[in-house]
Amino acid sequence: MTVTLAGVPAESTTALDGESLHPVVRRRRPRPGPLVAGGFLLLLLVAVVRPSLLAPGDPLAADPLTVLAPPGAAHWLGTDHLGRDVWTRVVHGAGHSLTIGVAATAMAVTAGVLLGLLAGLAHRIADEGLSRSFDALSAFPMLLLALLLIAVVGPGTTSLIVAIGIATLPHHARVVRAQTLLVRRAGYVEQAVTFGLSPTRLVARHVLPNVLGPIPVLAVIGLGEAVLAASGLSFLGMGPQPPSPEWGAMLSEGRNYLQVGWWITIPPGVAITLTVVALTVLGRHWQARFDGRQSR
Amino acid sequence: MSQLVAVKNLHVTFATKGGEVRAVRGVDLTVERGEFVAIVGESGSGKSVTVRTLVGLPGPGARVKATRLELAGQDVRGHRPRDWRRIRGRLAGLVLQDALVSLDPLRTVGAEIAEVLATHDIVNRWERAGRTIHLLDQVHVPEPERRSRQYPHQLSGGLRQRALIASAIAGEPALLIADEPTTALDVTVQAQILSLLAERRAAGQSLLLVSHDLAVVGQIADRILVMRDGQVVEQGPADRLLRAPNHPYTRQLLDAVPSASSRGRRLSTPARRGPGRTVVVRVQATLPARQPVRAGDPVLSVAGLTKRYGEHTVVRNVSFTIARGETLGLVGESGSGKSTLARIVAGLLPPDAGDVTFERTPWSAAVERRRRPLRRRLQVISQDPMSSFDPRYTVGQLIAENLDPGLTRAARVDDVTALLRRVGLEPHLRDRHPRSLSGGQRQRVAIARAVAPRPTLIVCDEPVSALDVSVQAQVLDLLADLRAADGTALLFISHDLGVVHHLADRVLVMKDGEIVEDGPVGDVFTYPRHDYTRSLLDALPDLVTDGRP
Repeated sequence: MTVTLAGVPAESTTALDGESLHPVVRRRRPRPGPLVAGGFLLLLLVAVVRPSLLAPGDPLAADPLTVLAPPGAAHWLGTDHLGRDVWTRVVHGAGHSLTIGVAATAMAVTAGVLLGLLAGLAHRIADEGLSRSFDALSAFPMLLLALLLIAVVGPGTTSLIVAIGIATLPHHARVVRAQTLLVRRAGYVEQAVTFGLSPTRLVARHVLPNVLGPIPVLAVIGLGEAVLAASGLSFLGMGPQPPSPEWGAMLSEGRNYLQVGWWITIPPGVAITLTVVALTVLGRHWQARFDGRQSR
Repeated sequence: MSQLVAVKNLHVTFATKGGEVRAVRGVDLTVERGEFVAIVGESGSGKSVTVRTLVGLPGPGARVKATRLELAGQDVRGHRPRDWRRIRGRLAGLVLQDALVSLDPLRTVGAEIAEVLATHDIVNRWERAGRTIHLLDQVHVPEPERRSRQYPHQLSGGLRQRALIASAIAGEPALLIADEPTTALDVTVQAQILSLLAERRAAGQSLLLVSHDLAVVGQIADRILVMRDGQVVEQGPADRLLRAPNHPYTRQLLDAVPSASSRGRRLSTPARRGPGRTVVVRVQATLPARQPVRAGDPVLSVAGLTKRYGEHTVVRNVSFTIARGETLGLVGESGSGKSTLARIVAGLLPPDAGDVTFERTPWSAAVERRRRPLRRRLQVISQDPMSSFDPRYTVGQLIAENLDPGLTRAARVDDVTALLRRVGLEPHLRDRHPRSLSGGQRQRVAIARAVAPRPTLIVCDEPVSALDVSVQAQVLDLLADLRAADGTALLFISHDLGVVHHLADRVLVMKDGEIVEDGPVGDVFTYPRHDYTRSLLDALPDLVTDGRP
């Protein structure tokens, strides 16, 4: 008679010795988090590209007759102190908030990659100099640094983008530098030296592609951070000026009416939170998958 | 009741995405009290899963079935984790391959052993420290008091393995299970650990040893089980099994072991695998004739090479030459400076003193730009091919990169196909990623890539150490074939004296950065002059080969 051994614990991690062809049990069920996050970001993309699909109204149209109307059938999320539809403004605001985030991140990543590569490939002295300046930059709290820059150049969308770009740059530069140092010493780069490749080819064929691999993932995670920073700064009045429906600016405008009309402040706040959470969840998910692919 | 382990018809299956994998298929196994049983097999044969099942750790997702599964007369089918915990350490102690992984890095080895004593309540709290030291002393750890207060990273590999054995026997288990306990160790250390295991057996301990190395188990086991594809293909007394193997697979394993007596013949046996069973055509083919070694014409000469890292001299005043077409073996234990020497020869590391001349041109002294045109004639094969592959490249891209850059695209494709065929791989593997290949296939890709530019010298740094014995045999045969066809010189680095004896013409013995002995391989290995060479040879587990055809 054959009896099943029921109580065998699943504690051991290396069940089978040997090669990759052999099975290692790995649970891989699609998790709902990244799916929901992706869905939300798709919706956000629609709001950025064609906001009128979701909210056909004009975000700037004030209606003095329906000031501070609570959420209802006519106005899903109510109206603000000037009678503007909050839903319409939140939808149209996505474009403003995300554009700033994307532009700032693009700037930070581009500059960060270039400087990080330079530091990683350069001789020790140049690397030392660059690395210490990354350290100095990141020693400032990000918002403080951005505030400082905006105080010099004046508020506005462009200066907000530049400020956040510079403030988040050292993070990307450091990651790229560390990655470059790692790849430079990898076995396959050393092996490629024995093929007689010139230094330029070596960098172009083996170093660069392997350094840049994880960058898109990091950029997505950085994007969430940048969106949050942008909202914070424009809440302080350092970004797009009223009446533009930027989320941070909307929060700022609504804060005086919190007691009579909470619905002016809550929706842009929720929009910021969801966006940042969705970007982070998706970014981490990709990161986990990327790491998994690397380690196998 | 005298049977300590009684297993009948053991099946272990793993549920995976690709369906069920039957790792163990109907294994019968018994261990008598005081008996030393060894299970031999290659990666994936199910040997580890079998013994791990005996301590209730077959692995995640495993389903275990057996008609009989008894430890010391106790039916363990249906045991719960709590029941298993009482068995582990007390009834059966487990020693794993890598002691650095198996020991907690944040605890002293003494604490590790004391925990076993505490868990199974072997001695009372006041006697634990004393017992721990006694146990370390029993496994011949020098200065046991001091060592018991040290952390795993402060111990050498051999000492760690001893400490692990001490913790495994702390619970005074009737059965000691050792899963590849010496695979990560140098030969001399391996010999010490093996004699320690033999000593345990002499003291009446039952042992179950798992190994891929027939020579290792042949020395000390009473009975050997040969496993393949989850089944026991042959078992019997160690003497009989090694002298007169019945099953073709056992014979194939024995033939695959490189040694002095295997020089000039093929190690791998062409096997035809039919459905269900294997038909092995046993032809002891000889290797193809080689082009003559041109002794007066050195490909590489090394003079007075020295390399220091801080205070530590890794390579000290090393000189040698390699003649055109010659295979020079370099043996030594880990930390002897072999790999540093290989990297200097490959022009990847500048020496602190001394000179390397390659193809009669300055090599180590030249700037990289001058070296670059010559680079293609000196290739490197490393122990771990995966780390030498760009993780984004396919097999075809990897090989093509080392072809003549002036070739047309079509010529490139043809060359890659020809090279894959040459190293015994199917051309359709071109588009595969090395990740999806087996260890042996990966090393073949690395070899194909190295021979692509028709080099005059290949530096092989432990190219077969990570492979199973039958895969190793195939790769060694391949290297011998390529060497015969191209007349390539090899600098063959290995810790395995058998491999070097099989393949090399001359041998250098390296110890603590110095060459302590050199000469033709037959002379050095038959009449060693230096004590160190002698100790290496003494430590070598010898296969009982007489009586075999």
